[in-house]
Amino acid sequence: MKKVYINSISSITPQKTFDNSEFLDEVIIHENQVIFAVEPKYKDYIPPAAARRMAKGIKMGVVASKLSLQEAGLEQVDAVITGTGMGCLRDSEKFLGAIINNNEQYLTPTSFIQSTHNTVGGQIALELQCKGYNFTYVHGSNSFESGLLDAKLQLELDEAQNILVGGVDELGDHTTKLNQIIHHVKEENISSLDVLSSKTKGAVFGEGASFFVLSNKKQASSYAEIISVKMYNTLAQNELSETALHFLKENSLKAEDIDAVVLGNNGDIEFDGYYNLLTSGIFSNTQQVCYKHLIGEFNTASPFGLWIASKILKTQTLPEVIKKNNIKTSSFKYILLYNMYRGENHSFTLLKSC
Amino acid sequence: MSKGVAITGMGAISAIGNNVAENFQSLVESKKGISKISKIDTIHKDDIMVGEIAYTNSELEEILGLSPGNNYSRTGLIGAIAAKEAIANSGITNINKYKTGLISATSVGGMDMTEQYYYNYLETDTNRRYIASHHAGDSTQKIAEQLGIAKSLVTTISTACSSAANAIMLGARLIKSGQLDRVIVGGSDCMSKFTINGFKTLMILSDTYSTPFDENRKGLNLGEAAAFLVLESDAVVKAENKNVLGYVKGYGNANDAFHQTASSDHGDGATLAMEKALKVAGYTAKDIDYINAHGTATGNNDLSEGRAIIRVFGEENVPEFSSTKAYIGHTLAAAGAIEAVYSILALQNNVIFPNLNFKTQMKEFNITPELKLKEKELKTVMSNSFGFGGNCSTVIFSKEP
Repeated sequence: MKKVYINSISSITPQKTFDNSEFLDEVIIHENQVIFAVEPKYKDYIPPAAARRMAKGIKMGVVASKLSLQEAGLEQVDAVITGTGMGCLRDSEKFLGAIINNNEQYLTPTSFIQSTHNTVGGQIALELQCKGYNFTYVHGSNSFESGLLDAKLQLELDEAQNILVGGVDELGDHTTKLNQIIHHVKEENISSLDVLSSKTKGAVFGEGASFFVLSNKKQASSYAEIISVKMYNTLAQNELSETALHFLKENSLKAEDIDAVVLGNNGDIEFDGYYNLLTSGIFSNTQQVCYKHLIGEFNTASPFGLWIASKILKTQTLPEVIKKNNIKTSSFKYILLYNMYRGENHSFTLLKSC
Repeated sequence: MSKGVAITGMGAISAIGNNVAENFQSLVESKKGISKISKIDTIHKDDIMVGEIAYTNSELEEILGLSPGNNYSRTGLIGAIAAKEAIANSGITNINKYKTGLISATSVGGMDMTEQYYYNYLETDTNRRYIASHHAGDSTQKIAEQLGIAKSLVTTISTACSSAANAIMLGARLIKSGQLDRVIVGGSDCMSKFTINGFKTLMILSDTYSTPFDENRKGLNLGEAAAFLVLESDAVVKAENKNVLGYVKGYGNANDAFHQTASSDHGDGATLAMEKALKVAGYTAKDIDYINAHGTATGNNDLSEGRAIIRVFGEENVPEFSSTKAYIGHTLAAAGAIEAVYSILALQNNVIFPNLNFKTQMKEFNITPELKLKEKELKTVMSNSFGFGGNCSTVIFSKEP
């Protein structure tokens, strides 16, 4: 079986993360419970006429995929795999709103067409003229990880050599409102710096797009090797530590071997208990890294965790703003990522420096 | 690594039956399930024909034994019914005895509830429990819960109308690579105002019975369905002495990279998908005994698919083919799964289901779908599913491993 490498990374988030020459050098402190992506200049990447028809999520996805290809030095890939928890939410809201408001009359197809979950994947294929494998996963907080696993399987078996894998979700006004009334979004305005210690219900909601070129050929730009990805639809708190250790054992590792854990805690008092179990338990002496205070929670926030882990392994640096504790780490070799949302769809991803 | 990917169980619910046996009965009796819409209040009710599942939501909830406060969308309800039938058909009593995953497919997800309560949610809390069941992954999580699949690989694919074919493909790859010993694969999509209006704006809904591969085809009938297959590794089949219904022998996914909704004139993506599937199966075109076509009865699909079939097989050598969408409508993300069930029923019973409602030969080519129920010794069946975003998928089923 071939090894699988991350050859390029790109991420558009509520921080200015699309420029890979930086690593969170400047951080935007958001003060709201709903935070929006910092967008690159789309016209540098998409013809303005095309961009006008695209909702934000599609634009973010297309540009993130282009940045990722650019960094990997590729013009084509063998497959495009996209994850999205909510799909093209703005177009869905637009079309549904029009159906209801106009009693099913005077509708135009554009927003319906673009509301399809695989619009971003299809659009990337269209732009690249990529006739290869094209899948879209839509499984909550495991949408991106499903794609990661899929790509890894293909690359290991050499069924493909370069695969573009990404995740994208956009905020939609009405859906945000609905998530507010059921308290999945925090009620109070809160600073990015206080989110993780908020002790209140709900999360800060964000949005973004991340794409990576995974390859079974290592190159100068490579960030890390992906050792393993595993998903669990359910996991009780009392099973978490044992499951994490078992996952490491399957890869011949122990908790002590891990140089950093990158965690998906979002400051929701109802569910952060999962992460706290790990940080106060098996990984209490491990460098802990958090990121959702900077970009908010969304179904495909976790690929930003992968972006961070990749950066740490390649640059061997760790910005203060994402440190949860302070452990003296001489070098970063193995990084474990753990993510879930509201107690469902858990994932472990294991990376190794290369 | 498992060499074969055995199908050991299946379940289905559609407009022509609430289980696999009822579906088969309707197929052989040429009994279609297309009618005026009854369960959704839409201003288009007199202009369209649809394939609705007979049960109401409360009947489905009762069958599943759900409490009144549940938050299952109709997608989740019909999905759970079909998946449970598949498990029972496979004779599985202890689901967690082997590494078992679930790969489902949907395009609608919980849109049926969202469209009912979109503004109402803001006013009263009566139905707010459905807010969290809107996203596509929710129905899959519910089905997993119904089957007792826990701490395992559960995911959802949404590539429009090829979704379930892709779920079968991923499941087969997970078995072959040894990631899972057993995987339930399929899809579920319920009827919704959202899709009715969406397809209406695209002007591809027929106002009468759909007529796949007919020169005068006027568009598709929408349908709702759910179907699931149980896929198991050679080791499980052997250890449990399983009755094998057929095998997933080949699969291929390709992108047409032509247009967001339309297929290319010559079916580039479809051709590639069929060729890839043949290659994975180790077959040549001659080895295919029957094609269960995508055949939506839109002007664009049937021409593009027909041309692609000719490119792969040669106009003189196209095996018997038919679209079964005239029976149940186009069931979108579930289509690849319900048509997989029909393909396996064809294999098991050595019978080709007719392409209903066909009258006039298309003028662009000389291939004609099978119009009558035909008995033929079948070893292999190819099933096509194509979707928006240029997504093209082919799965090949076989009797022998």
